[in-house]
Amino acid sequence: MTVTTGRAGGVGPQVAAAGHHRPGRPRPAWHALTGWGFALPFVALFVVFMAGPVLASLAMSFTDIRSADLRDPLGVEIVGIDNYRRLFTDDLFLRAAGNTAIFVVLGVPLTMAAALVVALGVNSGVTRFRTVFRVGYYLPVVTSIVAISVVWRFLLQPQTGLVNSLLGLVGLGGPNWLNDTHLALPTLIVMAAWRNLGFSMVIFLAGLQAIPRDLYEAATIDGAGRWAQFRYITLPVLRPTVLFVAVVTTIGYVQFFEEPFVMTQGGPLDSTLSLAYHTYNQFGFGNYGYASAMSYVLFLVVVALSIAWFRLLRSNT
Amino acid sequence: MNGARARDRTATVVLHALLAGGLLVMVGPFVWMLLSSFKTFGEILRSPPTWWPLDPTLDNYSVLLGRLDFPAYFVNSTVVAVATTAGNLLFCAAAGYALAKLRFPGSRLLFAVVLGTIMVPGIVTLVPLFVLVSNLGLVNTYAGLVLPFLAQAFGVFLMRQFMLSIPDDLLEAARIDGAGEWRIFWRIVLPLSRPPLATLGILTFLASWNNFLWPLVVATTESRYTLPVALALYSVGQNRARYDLLLAGSVLIVVPVLVVFVLLQRHFVRGIATTGLK
Repeated sequence: MTVTTGRAGGVGPQVAAAGHHRPGRPRPAWHALTGWGFALPFVALFVVFMAGPVLASLAMSFTDIRSADLRDPLGVEIVGIDNYRRLFTDDLFLRAAGNTAIFVVLGVPLTMAAALVVALGVNSGVTRFRTVFRVGYYLPVVTSIVAISVVWRFLLQPQTGLVNSLLGLVGLGGPNWLNDTHLALPTLIVMAAWRNLGFSMVIFLAGLQAIPRDLYEAATIDGAGRWAQFRYITLPVLRPTVLFVAVVTTIGYVQFFEEPFVMTQGGPLDSTLSLAYHTYNQFGFGNYGYASAMSYVLFLVVVALSIAWFRLLRSNT
Repeated sequence: MNGARARDRTATVVLHALLAGGLLVMVGPFVWMLLSSFKTFGEILRSPPTWWPLDPTLDNYSVLLGRLDFPAYFVNSTVVAVATTAGNLLFCAAAGYALAKLRFPGSRLLFAVVLGTIMVPGIVTLVPLFVLVSNLGLVNTYAGLVLPFLAQAFGVFLMRQFMLSIPDDLLEAARIDGAGEWRIFWRIVLPLSRPPLATLGILTFLASWNNFLWPLVVATTESRYTLPVALALYSVGQNRARYDLLLAGSVLIVVPVLVVFVLLQRHFVRGIATTGLK
């Protein structure tokens, strides 16, 4: 890999780009123009609708901007870190942060463990129906969370829902899942695992299939049992796959929003209010600066957790 | 010897039975949704519920499509998803080509910045995007729904990674033959890039079809609701207990996607397995 940066500086683009080209034939100057030409439509949209807003959000988080200021931008004042300081006195924010933490801490391992179990099962003995299982378990991943939330709300109806009726068949009285302050959040967690495990499963399956068979054969000859093979071959080889799945799942779960929006509206008694939902509500109230600060906290959490996963799963210990 | 083989077979049967049980849990809710969408409101309220609709009816669908505005929501969802997909295919392919094959001053920095935004949560840009879109006068318009999603980092990453594998000699030969860059891109690079284009197209279409937060914010009247926005607002509004209608609405959102998915599932698996890990 060359370390040439894109800076043309005073040397001219030919020299700067020459590192990638065949020796003795400097890249012509028009390459720079054509390159930017091809990238331009994307770059323009990206700057206006992605990069710009990411920075603008940070800037707004240090101001007291509200929806009313859209008509009178001069009324906006810079308030430093006041919005961030206010977060820690906002009981609803603390509640939402706690709920989100529980959602991530329980939901991510649950999803990954369930996905790994299914992937191991499919990989170990299923040949003919492999596609059926893969497609079936993946179905919920491609469907709208809003629709799924509506369907699960129906399934979980205390009197008329399918879940409690099935429990009734075996003599169990089902609770009012979504209306119980202790049960609502765990119910959403299980539903999230149900919806997302297919994604992790497909990736685990690809990882498992890439493990050379010889490794297991050699281990069998050496007398290693199934558990030993899993512990000392499968898991270590699968480490990069686990890392990828963990990061993607965590990023998704930190932002959970649709499920409580449709199923509980954050209730009962804020027990399912999430960070993203609280941010959305503050935006709805017109507290733009405050909502921006909250969204940046959520962003930092995503970055911190991703780094944590990299640290944890990076190398063999 | 025989005993070992019998044990193996038992293990295989048990494994299949367990996985099939799991499959039932995964697919069951969709079957239940479909069955219940053909029940009358009275039957929906029965406890214990009936399995098969006693008196199958299409009334729920005719209410959604006739009395309520679901045809309009369906059109909105389709327009937004098609436009978003077309834009991403074109812009991400062009930018991916530039980044993979026309390394130009600034291209490394550009790639790093684009890649860095892949994990930015959608809610981070929500407030400034809304301010921007309302200053442009695009609240409650198709442009407002589509523009923020027209050029996404993931698409550029996907296209660039694939295009790196196109041999330089092929492009060089075309240049020697006098083909312009646009022609090379259109006639050589794009046709060779069908697999990642298919993957990107499907993933973008689905993400757009299922997208919720941004359309919820920017579609302010029913005339611009997409299907998920309409369903979510119905489900928390005065129709919140009308599960006959809500489930039929869910079917309208879910079934097109399931059909596409089952028909094209190979592209998904390939797309996820190859792009996700590299």
